[in-house]
Amino acid sequence: MSPKVFVKEEKAQVQPPTLKAPAFSGSYSRYLVKFQSLIALFILCLIISLLSDKFLTVANGWNVMRQISVNICISVGMTLVVLTAGIDLSVGSVLALCGAITAGLLKFGIELPSQDLFIGFTLLGVVLAGLLTGTLLGTFNGWTITRFKVPPFVATLAVLTIARGLTMLYTKGFPISGLGADFAYIGTGWLLGIPVPVWISGIIVGLAVFLTNKTRLGRYIYAIGGNESAARLSGINISKVKTTVYAIAGGLAAIGGIIVTSRLDSAQPNAGISYELDAIAAVVIGGTSLSGGRGSILGTVQGAIIIGVLNNGLVLLNVSPFWQQVVKGMVILLAVIIDKANSKSE
Amino acid sequence: MLVAENITKKFSGVVALENVCLEIEAGKVTALIGENGAGKSTLMKILSGVYPDYEGSILFRGQVVNFANPREAQRAGIAIIHQELNLVPYLSITENIFLGREIITAWGTLNQKEMRRRTQLLLHKLNLDVNPDTLVGELKVGQQQVVEIAKALLDESEVIIMDEPTSAISDSEVEVLFGIIQGLKRENKAIVYVSHKLDELFRIADRFVVLRDGRCIESGSMQEVCQERLIQKMVGREINISRKKTKNNQGKALLSVENICLKHPVRKDQSLLKNISFTLHQGEILGLFGLMGAGRTELLETIFGLHPKLATGQLIISQQPVTLKSPAEAIKAGLALVPEDRKKDGLVLGLDVQTNICLTTLPDLEDAGILNNRKEFSLSEKYIRDLKIKTSSEKQTAGNLSGGNQQKIVLAKWLATKPRILLLDEPTRGIDINAKSEIYKLIQELADAGLGIIVVSSELPEILSVSDRILVMAEGRLTAEFAMEEATEDGILKAAIPNTI
Repeated sequence: MSPKVFVKEEKAQVQPPTLKAPAFSGSYSRYLVKFQSLIALFILCLIISLLSDKFLTVANGWNVMRQISVNICISVGMTLVVLTAGIDLSVGSVLALCGAITAGLLKFGIELPSQDLFIGFTLLGVVLAGLLTGTLLGTFNGWTITRFKVPPFVATLAVLTIARGLTMLYTKGFPISGLGADFAYIGTGWLLGIPVPVWISGIIVGLAVFLTNKTRLGRYIYAIGGNESAARLSGINISKVKTTVYAIAGGLAAIGGIIVTSRLDSAQPNAGISYELDAIAAVVIGGTSLSGGRGSILGTVQGAIIIGVLNNGLVLLNVSPFWQQVVKGMVILLAVIIDKANSKSE
Repeated sequence: MLVAENITKKFSGVVALENVCLEIEAGKVTALIGENGAGKSTLMKILSGVYPDYEGSILFRGQVVNFANPREAQRAGIAIIHQELNLVPYLSITENIFLGREIITAWGTLNQKEMRRRTQLLLHKLNLDVNPDTLVGELKVGQQQVVEIAKALLDESEVIIMDEPTSAISDSEVEVLFGIIQGLKRENKAIVYVSHKLDELFRIADRFVVLRDGRCIESGSMQEVCQERLIQKMVGREINISRKKTKNNQGKALLSVENICLKHPVRKDQSLLKNISFTLHQGEILGLFGLMGAGRTELLETIFGLHPKLATGQLIISQQPVTLKSPAEAIKAGLALVPEDRKKDGLVLGLDVQTNICLTTLPDLEDAGILNNRKEFSLSEKYIRDLKIKTSSEKQTAGNLSGGNQQKIVLAKWLATKPRILLLDEPTRGIDINAKSEIYKLIQELADAGLGIIVVSSELPEILSVSDRILVMAEGRLTAEFAMEEATEDGILKAAIPNTI
């Protein structure tokens, strides 16, 4: 296959029909596009390691990985939502509420003095309760979006406020601390030489990659985001798929909440504020289109790592936190501009 | 006033207009007649500057003009009122009329008083008795049309082109519109009136021009012509249509539709479909013809379960009464719908060919809940081969293929569901001749294999060459049924034109 054919690949109608995909497209530019975020990440690491000798150490590596594990959990859910051309602004608040409920149930259980009743919870019990809370809130998002046609931006904005309010009500505005060593293991422990949060986020990424590539649901998510009308005519139950996706996003936010609470040994009522923005940033830097239908989980993981490395590097280089925000914003813009330029040239 | 000489327009090699000459006189209404695809709208778009490149010349007030865009044509004095109105519903009448040409005070602010005054004058002239501050979205469709006309008059337009102006308005609104047109005639404006409704043309038009297959067939005075002759001129083509042999052995009834009605989604008092009943047999190709807005697409959508809340009536599939509430149920009942607009409703353009073909049958392509790539590949490969889909690979993005190949992908994804009833809405729209004939052949083979097929088309030759039996719709009603032996172009078109039966 000549390079000329590759450049004009979209004019496939003039090509003779061949059924086998070309094994190698014979041009480096395509690989440059495909791995652009990896390349950017590599260059970023290179620059930081030249400027700081603390960066390229094993300890710092695990440190970065542990820091981004929460964002990865949320971003994976966000990717699924964005692939359906939706958005979920509520994840930060959902994270806080789930963390608070997990911590509260672990520490105090449920007391009903009028019934003379006390329910205590095991570690597994509180984790499941936290997950359930997040999934329910996500399902609620999906329900208002599909049943009442509330735009996702508005529906999840409402739940952002509601969940934050519920967190304040439940915690009465104070942190719930002192949760015990067993619970702390989730956020701070090590397993086989790898931090537990990294295990958790890694497994979530694996499952999500599997979901998007190998299951019907994953296929439907891409189809709905790509062309909802065609998906509906193909007999796909749009409401069911969307609700499921928001429920997953809620559940993953809950996992993030449990990790955060465990790591701090404390459920903070104002945990997770603006986490949704970090997640959206990871999704966008990872090349997922906000108009849906195009993108991938692994892209988002790269996006999250880029943000994490950038944060870490800027701290190591003693850049002021104010400048850190400016730099982060510029990186997001740059990533999207490059992505747009690429999709136009295709 | 406006003279078009030897206009020829080609779209990527296909001739849309060939040596068309047209003369539009001041103070007269010129009717432009022709069936769908005759070239009326192309001609209108050339006159109003939408298509700047064409062969031939246009003389406006004795001077050769070539408008680069609609804005230029508008400034010169040629205004077009499209079938779909171009108004902003959330702005007032005044704001709409002055949109893009606001009057500014010396301070640089909007001169609202002056704009309002001039709007009032225009509305008064057009006998529209509403407050200029009314939001356009609150007006009736007929009144919105008057606002469009007011917009045209603001520019002191000398030529006003109206494209199907009565397609969406009620009878009394038509009377108002005709009154306005008479007034414009007295002011010596030239009006071009495009319509299917012949009886209207006899009331309002002075002259007529018939277009057919991109050529100007006849023109003359409206008074010296009769309806029969016009219809004959519209359709009378000499092309030989390869009529297929009608089947004698009619199969069992596959689908019966009884008293299907469909309410308008917004205007609940109006109906898009009125008491439609018919039967489709096994191995039969049923042609469904109608002009724009006759309700053809809505009928197919209703049968496919897309309007469960607005539709009433009964479907009987293989002697079993069914109610279809969603496309998923329709698919399960053995139906498949190839929609009219494949880019909007048929394909996920950003996904590859294989994924699009497999989208309707994913449950069959799984092993224990996991998609089996080998099964997906062999399914898509089968259809790429069977339907001769020209693609570099099954991983090619669907949006990169030509229209004909995209249409084949849509067909493939529906054939994969093994339907018994196939609903095809304009299956050959916008695709080249070769792909067309391949799709006709395919339709024939599928019918021979025992499927019941409904083909909706607005092209008469297509309907005549592909169908075993033809139904005609007009304004939401079934107006005629023809067996193949008795079907003629004249007869079908007569039944399709509203208010003339």
